Amino acid sequence: MQIDEKLVKRRKGAQMVMWGVFRSASLVNAAALGVICVFLVYNGLPAISWEFLTQYPRDSMTAGGIFPCIVGTVVLSLGSMLVAFPLGVCAAIYLNEYARRGKLLRVIRLGIANLAGVPSVVFGLFGLAFFVTFFGLGVSILSGVLTLAILVLPVIIGTAEEALKSVPMTYREASLGLGATKWQTIRLVVLPAALPGMLTGAILGLSRAAGETAAIMFTAAVYYAPQLPTSPFSDVMALPYHIYVLATAGMNIDKTRPLQYGTALVLIALVLGMNLLAIVYRARLQRRT
Amino acid sequence: MAISRKRKDDLIHYFFMFTALVSIIALGLIMVYLFLEGLPIFQKVSVGDFIFGSSWYPTFDPPEFGIFPLIVASLAVTALSSLIAIPLGVMTAVYLAEIATPRTRSVVKPLVELLAALPSVVIGFFGMVVVAPYLQDTFDLPTGLNLFNAALMLAFMSVPTICSVSEDAIYAVPGDLKEASLALGATHWETIRRVVLPASLSGVSTAIILGMSRAIGETMVVLMVAGGAAMLPTSIFSPIRPMPSSIAAEMGEAPFHSDHYHALFAIGMVLFVFTLIFNIIASHIAEKNKQVGAATL
Repeated sequence: MQIDEKLVKRRKGAQMVMWGVFRSASLVNAAALGVICVFLVYNGLPAISWEFLTQYPRDSMTAGGIFPCIVGTVVLSLGSMLVAFPLGVCAAIYLNEYARRGKLLRVIRLGIANLAGVPSVVFGLFGLAFFVTFFGLGVSILSGVLTLAILVLPVIIGTAEEALKSVPMTYREASLGLGATKWQTIRLVVLPAALPGMLTGAILGLSRAAGETAAIMFTAAVYYAPQLPTSPFSDVMALPYHIYVLATAGMNIDKTRPLQYGTALVLIALVLGMNLLAIVYRARLQRRT
Repeated sequence: MAISRKRKDDLIHYFFMFTALVSIIALGLIMVYLFLEGLPIFQKVSVGDFIFGSSWYPTFDPPEFGIFPLIVASLAVTALSSLIAIPLGVMTAVYLAEIATPRTRSVVKPLVELLAALPSVVIGFFGMVVVAPYLQDTFDLPTGLNLFNAALMLAFMSVPTICSVSEDAIYAVPGDLKEASLALGATHWETIRRVVLPASLSGVSTAIILGMSRAIGETMVVLMVAGGAAMLPTSIFSPIRPMPSSIAAEMGEAPFHSDHYHALFAIGMVLFVFTLIFNIIASHIAEKNKQVGAATL
């Protein structure tokens, strides 16, 4: 058989070209992330100071700090995790440990997939109609926390289920074989083994909730609050909403640019920091198993 | 003793079942409340006039509630962003699953995840202060806040979705298929193009639809960079007002339970239906062509 050298060369050449294209495509993503981060660090860092992080906004928000926004974002995201984490873990336990293949399981999975796809502004509308109005909670931390909790629920369920799946079947069999009930097995054997993996989900959920804007616009966040929240029924300032307000509303958009950069930098440092933590933690867990 | 233990286990079983049902209950409640608050607008305008009406002047006297320009804007921005995001996302997925060395992979994959984690308000802010002035100067436009800018920003929000779901699908292509192709003398690239991609097509389509669903529902980016004009776009540099941005921008000013308020909920209904259709199609494709190995969803 004759080998057509030219054809082989051309085919190899085509592969080289395509490899270059694929590599540049992935580089574009990395570059996009890099450009945004570098840009915010470069412009935001000069605005960051101890005062900026610990003081209240002054002079109708054209000066001063963002302390209440940081507190608000921390409260909202921790609160939503307090609701969503136990709920999501329990749901994952049902899906992975109890549910049998069948119609119910299919419907539940379809429900979770669709809940994950609901636009965040629709969550905001729902929160406004259901928590703020119907339950009369008003624009408050509680309304925001509950709305965010539903929004992050699919994330928590997904990661918790994966963590449960990674627990070897032999653990369960050994425990059941010793006469433990299913619940005892789950509580004393499966959950402790899966917990570290579930924590990554909790961190990811926290960061998702912290960066969310549209869902809290009508349910929890306000333009300006003169004091820190005193009860779950107080409204709050939040970092993402603060950026949006400063960047789009009012007559001082250019004057407050440094504040906008600073706030955006604090927000991405918070969010990307948590994600990085989750990624590193997960990599460590995988190495151990 | 044995009986009470069994009963206790049953109760626990039902408790967990209930927590799993919370997602569906929430989804149901979302639908119910969107309809409860949205439907009253149809006492004022017909469904046809609402969806196909071409003027959106909710605060005029008399107000006009035609959301056709908003629907077109949403579809246009989603389509344009998909044109950018699909090649970028799928190619990155192929690179990660087939070409990259484990070391490169362990660096690039987290980067894509971090891109997904960027808060949308930050991406919108970047589009406002960097991309908009650049577009305005380069193309000599009246405003840099327009369809193209929004599509570009949205593309980078849907790339991570498209990439990670496609990558799982490509990864799940059975090794023997690839080996058979390579053994016949095909190059690696030929194998990817003729074997791997066709075999993972259903997973990749799921990924694309999920990415588009993310783009059409994304709010902050279009609110900040799309320009906000409720008109039919005439070029890719027209300022537009997609559905999510109308809801987010106007809800603060719409008096409680006014026609405007109900109209915004009705837009939410339309948006919800769009994303629901996208997601059901995606689930359907994934379900129908279930792959061996890791699931695609």
